[in-house]
Amino acid sequence: MTLALSIGWGSTLAIKTIVVLTVIPLGALILGYVFLLKMMSHMQSRLGPMDPGGFHGWYQLVGDGLKFLQKEDVMPAQADRRVFAVAPAVVVMSTFLVFLVIPMGPDLVVKDLDVGVFYALAVSSLSVVGVLMAGWASANKFALLGALRAAAQLIAYELPLLLAVVGVVIQAGTMSLQGIVLSQQHGKIFGWGGLGEPFLLTQFVGLALFLVASQAELTQTPFDMPVAESELVAGYMVEYTGFRFLFFFIGEFGTAFAFAAIAATLFLGGWAIPGVHGDWANILGPPVLFAKLMIIAFFMFWVRFTYPRLREDQLQAVAWKFLIPLGLANILLTGLFKVAF
Amino acid sequence: MSTTGESPVPSLTVERSSMRHLADAQVGVELDTGDMILNLGPQHPATHGTLRIVVRLDGERVVSADPVIGYMHRGYEKLTEFRTYPQVTTLINRIDWLSSFANEVPFMTAAEQLMAIEAPPRAVYIRTVLTELSRIATFLLFLGEMGLQVGALTPAFYGFRDREYVLNLIEAATGGRFHPNFNRIGGLKDDLPWGWIAECRSTMKVVLDACDDFEDLVLGNEIFEARTQGIGIIPASVGAGYGVSGSNLRASGVDWDLRRDRPYLAYPEVDFQVWTHPDGDSYSRYWVRLQETREAARIVLQCLDQIPSGPIMAKVPRIIKVPEGEVWVETENPLGQMGYYVISKGATGPFRVKIRSASFSNVSTLPWLLRGVYVPDVITILASLYFILGDIDR
Amino acid sequence: MADEPGPEVTEAPPAPDPDHETMLAALRAGLGDDAVLEHADAFGDLVVRVAPAAWRDAATVAQRDLSCDYLSFIAGIDWEPAAREGDEAGGDTSAPVQPTERSYGAAGSAGRFQVFAHVESTSRPRGLTLKTDVDEDAPSVASWVSVYPGADWHERECWEMFGIAFDGHPSLRHLYLPSEFEGHPLRKDFPLLARVVKPWPGLVDVEAMPGDDAPAEPAATAEEPS
Repeated sequence: MTLALSIGWGSTLAIKTIVVLTVIPLGALILGYVFLLKMMSHMQSRLGPMDPGGFHGWYQLVGDGLKFLQKEDVMPAQADRRVFAVAPAVVVMSTFLVFLVIPMGPDLVVKDLDVGVFYALAVSSLSVVGVLMAGWASANKFALLGALRAAAQLIAYELPLLLAVVGVVIQAGTMSLQGIVLSQQHGKIFGWGGLGEPFLLTQFVGLALFLVASQAELTQTPFDMPVAESELVAGYMVEYTGFRFLFFFIGEFGTAFAFAAIAATLFLGGWAIPGVHGDWANILGPPVLFAKLMIIAFFMFWVRFTYPRLREDQLQAVAWKFLIPLGLANILLTGLFKVAF
Repeated sequence: MSTTGESPVPSLTVERSSMRHLADAQVGVELDTGDMILNLGPQHPATHGTLRIVVRLDGERVVSADPVIGYMHRGYEKLTEFRTYPQVTTLINRIDWLSSFANEVPFMTAAEQLMAIEAPPRAVYIRTVLTELSRIATFLLFLGEMGLQVGALTPAFYGFRDREYVLNLIEAATGGRFHPNFNRIGGLKDDLPWGWIAECRSTMKVVLDACDDFEDLVLGNEIFEARTQGIGIIPASVGAGYGVSGSNLRASGVDWDLRRDRPYLAYPEVDFQVWTHPDGDSYSRYWVRLQETREAARIVLQCLDQIPSGPIMAKVPRIIKVPEGEVWVETENPLGQMGYYVISKGATGPFRVKIRSASFSNVSTLPWLLRGVYVPDVITILASLYFILGDIDR
Repeated sequence: MADEPGPEVTEAPPAPDPDHETMLAALRAGLGDDAVLEHADAFGDLVVRVAPAAWRDAATVAQRDLSCDYLSFIAGIDWEPAAREGDEAGGDTSAPVQPTERSYGAAGSAGRFQVFAHVESTSRPRGLTLKTDVDEDAPSVASWVSVYPGADWHERECWEMFGIAFDGHPSLRHLYLPSEFEGHPLRKDFPLLARVVKPWPGLVDVEAMPGDDAPAEPAATAEEPS
């Protein structure tokens, strides 16, 4: 993209940093409000917030965020102070790092790494460390139970996540997210390029796997054992209040945002609309990506409000005995088809 | 609560032979770990009130569980000795506060038996209807909140929403949603308002639809089945020995329902089925209560067709003195078998009332029931037993 | 509703219930004739008083021979009339006045304390209330835990409320009350602490219902709640 004025790399870096830092909380806010507050409420025959901000309570989460910021900093007396303070930051940091590779337009990406997908999944699993830190440092048995469950679960579901993505990588021929989007935009279904070739059509198994695994990575029902609200109250987050809890909240919904964005990029074509290139793509890209990820997020949250939670051992059984073989089979088939056709 | 004081020092002696079985989690690794004691409650979302269960955990498995009750003990049996018979109603309303009307019925029946008074037929029918309505109200809440305990957020709201219709009915008739205080010795306080019967009929249709919804949404859910089937099995003989009653015992296959076997109120005049399930696990307890909710709606519809006209209060002296005697009255309350053993000495108030509440016995099985289960199963079992703290603690 | 005395209960004694006769015969056969002290019919329920030594055996007989597999409750009774100050005529409305002489209920009693239990059968409509006397100076009876596992909590409650010990109970500790609680609340000589802390105010500021006679003195007996 050619600009009328030239921006040095420092300013570019600054702009990119600011964009990422605002997009994550904003995305978390939007997801939280639309799905958690409003969609869940309507599905449960109630209204959700209606007053704050006048119009259907859109200001609710902003107000909640501001409220959290002004709360007292309370730490359990026997908590490990430094670890307790740093744990939320670790979780949020992993969310921010994922956004580095998500493209919102042909030029709108912080850094298009060649190992984009690999990097994204690797970095998102850093949150496990943060969760474990939070659970142990809280000096609370419920938090410890939650953290241990989370560690086992998050590690177990990394594999189906990865296997789901490998099929896409094989089909696109590249691990770079920008490359995957472009290959979907320029692809053809049986010779017709009108819709591009969203990998949803061929990798539907992969999409299903990815959604299930990301549901588990986000510790959302039916995989929310670590945060089992009716047992552990809030699991590893139980001792956190104020802005530290806000970090966890942003981390949770920001990661949901990130995973939805990755799913949209990998399977629905990301920012791309077939036929739109160049500057128009840079302008339309973000809204298109946003629309696609909202669709994915809709499904994720819909499942969240509908299903009960699996017990920890059942959860592990689903991952190891069902999802991983399914993912391996998917890769095998994708490879066969790629070679054959 | 602090974690274990000093971190355990693991002695990882892995034999060569067990290297081959590393895929097996139970490899011969000796870790010197202590059991963890976890306090579930008294403030806890899963314990339905101030129940405390001191659980000894080995990882996620329960080694032993010891319920500690009494956080809500109000001393009802002592208090009844200081009340007149009508005043006792306000006390016992609050034993099982979700189905308050059903608590008053056995005590009023006991006093009426001692006084050799019979409530007129219309009052008997209305009492039956209101008892079944309170059963529906309680069970709708159960159907919703057991889903909540297992992790599904939505059924709880549906349960509360459908319960509102029933509570509105109870309020229209008695003036109170929760603690109607409507029973009097010899009958009821007031007659039904105009249009109540028609409203009740349409509400029963709503209830039946709601039961169908719950059957699809919760009972048919594979994850719910996986979480509740085979969990917390109470064998029939163990249950009876502990005094487990009501839907819990029927879910273990025991065909025993006081409405049919020791009939009271208007139950001899209506046809209803007693639902049992052979399994005795948490799933069957949910299933039995769902069927009983439907059955209660049908009983209400039958009663509404048969309500006779007439007075709703027998001739009762103004100052009620109950003659000397002892009587035991037990009824099939929503939570189980509730009974009152009333000892009267001819005064205006009872001499001794022994309140037999269902949840007390249901919860006493927990030390036996919770051995060796996982922590999530503890929650499922607690939810499926369905106790009310006021019923345990009196 | 005009003031009228309560209805007199004068009726012919009911015909003996054949099921009650069966139960009594089984108890006598299982425990011995001298252990079954008295029996009565309380509005259709059989109440049997057994000797204290035969308490646990009575449970076994009930469970095994009478198919009463269901334990309803075990509790205690204190027959001592409570010492109250004042009376209704004198204006003290704090509690209904009980007779001041001691009298016993169905199936009688040998002393102040009794333990009574109700068991039922889940397979047939049959229930049985068993009573036994407890020695006032050394209150102790056999525990039913080996027969009915549910007796565990009932006996713990009976112990903490009445002070009656149960032989053979695995761990007789407080159930409802805090572990440091002293005294046995359900005994009649234990006061109702709420009344000790704040005396009952009695009838205050009662307006007459339309059409009723106005209450003559404010210290009339407690009225029914309306």
